[in-house]
Amino acid sequence: MRRFASFVKKEFIHIFRDRVTMLILFLMPIVMIVLFSYAVTTEVKCIQTAVLDLSGDFATRKIITALENDGYFQITRILHSPNELQTVFNDGKINLAVVFSENFAESLHHGTGASLQLLADGTEANSAAMYVNYAQGVLRGCLFDFNRLDGAAPVINTNVKMLYNPSGKSEYNFVPGVMGLMLLLINAMMTSVSIVREKERGTMEMLLASPLPPFQIILAKLAPYFTVSAAVLAIILLFSRFMLGVPIAGNIFLLLGLCLLYIFVALALGLLISTIVNSQLAAMLVSGMVLMMPTMLLSGLMFPIESMPKILQWLSCIVPARWFIAALKKVMIQGVGFENAITEFAVLGFMAAFYVALSLKKFKIRL
Amino acid sequence: MKVITAHNLTKRFGSFTAVDGISFEVEKGEIFGFLGANGAGKTTAMRMFCGLSRPTSGEATVAGFDVFTQQEQIKRHIGYMSQKFSLYEDLTVKENFTLFGGIYGMKPSQIRENFGLTVGRLGIEKYADTLVGGLPLGWKQKLAFSLSVFHSPEIVFLDEPTGGVDPVARRQFWEMIYDAADKGITVFVTTHYMDEAEYCDRVSIMVDGRVEALDSPRNLKQKFNADDMYGVFLYLARTAKRS
Repeated sequence: MRRFASFVKKEFIHIFRDRVTMLILFLMPIVMIVLFSYAVTTEVKCIQTAVLDLSGDFATRKIITALENDGYFQITRILHSPNELQTVFNDGKINLAVVFSENFAESLHHGTGASLQLLADGTEANSAAMYVNYAQGVLRGCLFDFNRLDGAAPVINTNVKMLYNPSGKSEYNFVPGVMGLMLLLINAMMTSVSIVREKERGTMEMLLASPLPPFQIILAKLAPYFTVSAAVLAIILLFSRFMLGVPIAGNIFLLLGLCLLYIFVALALGLLISTIVNSQLAAMLVSGMVLMMPTMLLSGLMFPIESMPKILQWLSCIVPARWFIAALKKVMIQGVGFENAITEFAVLGFMAAFYVALSLKKFKIRL
Repeated sequence: MKVITAHNLTKRFGSFTAVDGISFEVEKGEIFGFLGANGAGKTTAMRMFCGLSRPTSGEATVAGFDVFTQQEQIKRHIGYMSQKFSLYEDLTVKENFTLFGGIYGMKPSQIRENFGLTVGRLGIEKYADTLVGGLPLGWKQKLAFSLSVFHSPEIVFLDEPTGGVDPVARRQFWEMIYDAADKGITVFVTTHYMDEAEYCDRVSIMVDGRVEALDSPRNLKQKFNADDMYGVFLYLARTAKRS
């Protein structure tokens, strides 16, 4: 036991002496959450809008007022001729233009089809789609009012409510995502780099020639990263709960159990990488390309899995973070119980068992 | 007393025979030089004696323990120094010794006492709390050797311990080896420097996985009619089919 304890102590010295890495580890999740939720935001704020009103009647004015009052649109340009449209988009100061046809109110009243054109800057396709969506929402509301005034046939007024995330905050999506990324980073990347460093420096030979059983060497290498990831996990949860107001709706023990399972998968992956490669650089590259990239792109952190091509959807099934993030959303945000996330738990459990078995086998062979 | 015995010890990797039935014995307190060109099978043989690799066939004992079945006991009774002067650079000198003392199951009081003696002998008391990374290469290498005999093993295995070190430091290093041998520690050392081979009590020369010559440097030079060990080595290494 004394042998094991002195080795674990050394591992902690390695980590804590590397102040810069420590600082990065603890600040990174916070910076990532803040950056992701502000920069990669899918919320729409302050749409710069230009209006070309060829009709200028009460209906068009009502729609313009409705847009202004909506809070998302800022009408910065009033245009007078269609020729100006190209210029304002070229200047890049406008996200959206609303064009009303002539005799708008009259056509509307007679039901001959009043026409309105929405022009959006398509260079940012996602945002453009969002702008158009918002504008159409406002237009639908106006149309509903016009119909009521006219006493025409009532149209359906939709009332939308977003469950679990009433204000549509993107933090709700990014907090689980960042947790998935950070736990993988610490446990897979850092563990593999630290084991490979011993190989590279020749200290692994020395340890293997010592009376310390190989299994204990591995266990001691994993222990500090496990501790650090627990601390980082606590920071993320506290930060998102108290600074961002993301609720922890579900059972906290179920949540921690889920994280534990995921940490096991990540540690096993790190161990596996360390048995395959022989240099720290290679360990970094492999964990960066094979683990982090798919986690960023295929886990649902940035792009919804449902809207990916079928083949990428299948591919995403082997990304552990996909299952972790999905389960985390259920357990943390929706607050449902274990029975609703049983698939995710089962997949992660299987992955943990598979990778642990594989990496232990590989480690044995190398001896 | 024999501390290492090998009889027809063989290691195969698939169809490749890295070590081809080597047999010899090493006496207690002896400095045993283990020479051979790159790829001759030195490191593979050494790894088998250290309990790092299982032999394919043959027999061998180290410190009285069998290399097939008692690898754990062997590891408790040997010291090992690899080619890269394996100390942890982000740990202080003292922390390195405390770590390996602990791994070899020494008591804290014993570690303190031995550490005091070690730094005293090297004359580096005031660097005990310095990070190893900042020390000169020659010091690191001496520290690595001190570390490998810190727990007073019966045998110490040194795998090319003087690579990349200047001649003065190498000379000092060999004085440390003599000190260790005087205390009854058997030294098993591989090297590429032929002047170092002259310092050994007995030298074995491996060619293509077999021990082609084994005797004192003096007898070897006589037998192969060479002025120095370099001549002996060249004469034998020329016959190699590998490399």
